[in-house]
Amino acid sequence: MTYFADVGALARKDLLLELRARDTLPAMLLFVVSTLVVFHFVLPVGSSDLAATGLLWVALLFTALLGLSRSFAAEREQGVIDGLVLAPSDRSAIWLGKALSILAFLGLAEVIALPAYALFFKPVSAALVGGVVLADLGIAAVGTLLAAMATASRARELLLPLLFLPLAIPIVIGGVGASVSADPGRYLGLLGLYDALFAIICWASFEYVVTE
Amino acid sequence: MIRARALEKRYGDTRILRGVTLDVGSDDFLLVTGPNGSGKTTLLRLCAGLAAPTRGELEVGVERGRLGYLGHEPLVYRELTALENLDLYGRLYRVPDRRERTGMLLERFGLWDVRHARAGSFSRGMLQRLALCRTLLHEPSLLLLDEPYSGLDDEGEQLLDRELTERAGRASFVVATHEPERLEHFASARLALV
Ligand SMILES: Nc1ncnc2c1ncn2[C@@H]1O[C@H](COP(=O)(O)OP(=O)(O)OP(=O)(O)O)[C@@H](O)[C@H]1O
Ligand SMILES: [Mg+2]
Repeated sequence: MTYFADVGALARKDLLLELRARDTLPAMLLFVVSTLVVFHFVLPVGSSDLAATGLLWVALLFTALLGLSRSFAAEREQGVIDGLVLAPSDRSAIWLGKALSILAFLGLAEVIALPAYALFFKPVSAALVGGVVLADLGIAAVGTLLAAMATASRARELLLPLLFLPLAIPIVIGGVGASVSADPGRYLGLLGLYDALFAIICWASFEYVVTE
Repeated sequence: MIRARALEKRYGDTRILRGVTLDVGSDDFLLVTGPNGSGKTTLLRLCAGLAAPTRGELEVGVERGRLGYLGHEPLVYRELTALENLDLYGRLYRVPDRRERTGMLLERFGLWDVRHARAGSFSRGMLQRLALCRTLLHEPSLLLLDEPYSGLDDEGEQLLDRELTERAGRASFVVATHEPERLEHFASARLALV
């Protein structure tokens, strides 16, 4: 149970930092809403709803990338990550705490983004919401690990999208599929499987990312 | 507590530590000296497990939670207050009576009045005091201190002297310093890096 207390303390710290510095969430909100506005004008009149759905997923994915690129900013500063790595808690708690805070930011951004999408394009289906929730889990799991890896490198701005976007392809396939398919169950299943698989992989391998 | 044999660290082609051998028993006080760039910080980071040796053996016979590491950086979040930072570490280290203990340390290091100020607004010396609070918070049994006096004023130096005097002989120390005179009377062993 101390494990979850550690995770809670770490996630709470991230939310507190965000509340103080407002580094991440406002940027994500601004980005996702303005992207949707642009997309509204990008699509020619009479375009299919399918195109709009695709664009929504583009917006969500890059919003997530924006959030992820900032996720370890506070730890990168003056090597604070060392302080966390030194603490006796299991290192995977650092990953889980960070993933939870990213999940919270993503969720909050989407609480605004999905109504905006409904306003500009078309109503949001339950399958789409389900797809977004499952996609968020996968994005947070994989993204946190990759963001930690990228943080250690000097080319982090380049490295994170380079690592993240290929690994996010199954998420996009599952998400778009769930949003447009007549049988979203299969795609939601794919997303669920991806989440479970990558959550386990990332949970187990985070230790090696933050230690030399 | 620490046993190192022919310890070596390389960054690329540069060898930093050239076969360091040392033994630090429980309650020993090892003073590490050497010019800038001689590898004092590297040695402490190896002992803390923050870096891995390239060659040689290194055993640190104390679990992570019993280790106190004071580095060049204070390892605190600048956007959190002094109190919030110590509270976070207190939780992670499962410090009993966390609140009393953080309060007591802040008081001792003269930071009580600024406990609600962001660490980012602290001066160099105040940050060093906060870093010392963080290091001592969980009463470690092995202390790795990298230039602990750096940035401290006279009062701060005396406060640190007091803490060290209290703990010398009751915990193991590895202290890197450029002022060995100040710590000479604590030292039970010396290591001069070149
Ligand atoms: N992460 C790193 N990558 C490459 N070189 C490094 C790294 N860390 C340290 N070094 C090199 O290792 C050498 C020893 O550095 P270290 O910080 O251990 O010295 P030091 O004895 O603590 O010096 P000082 O008295 O200035 O604190 C230096 O030449 C430094 O450039
Ligand atoms: Mg040094």
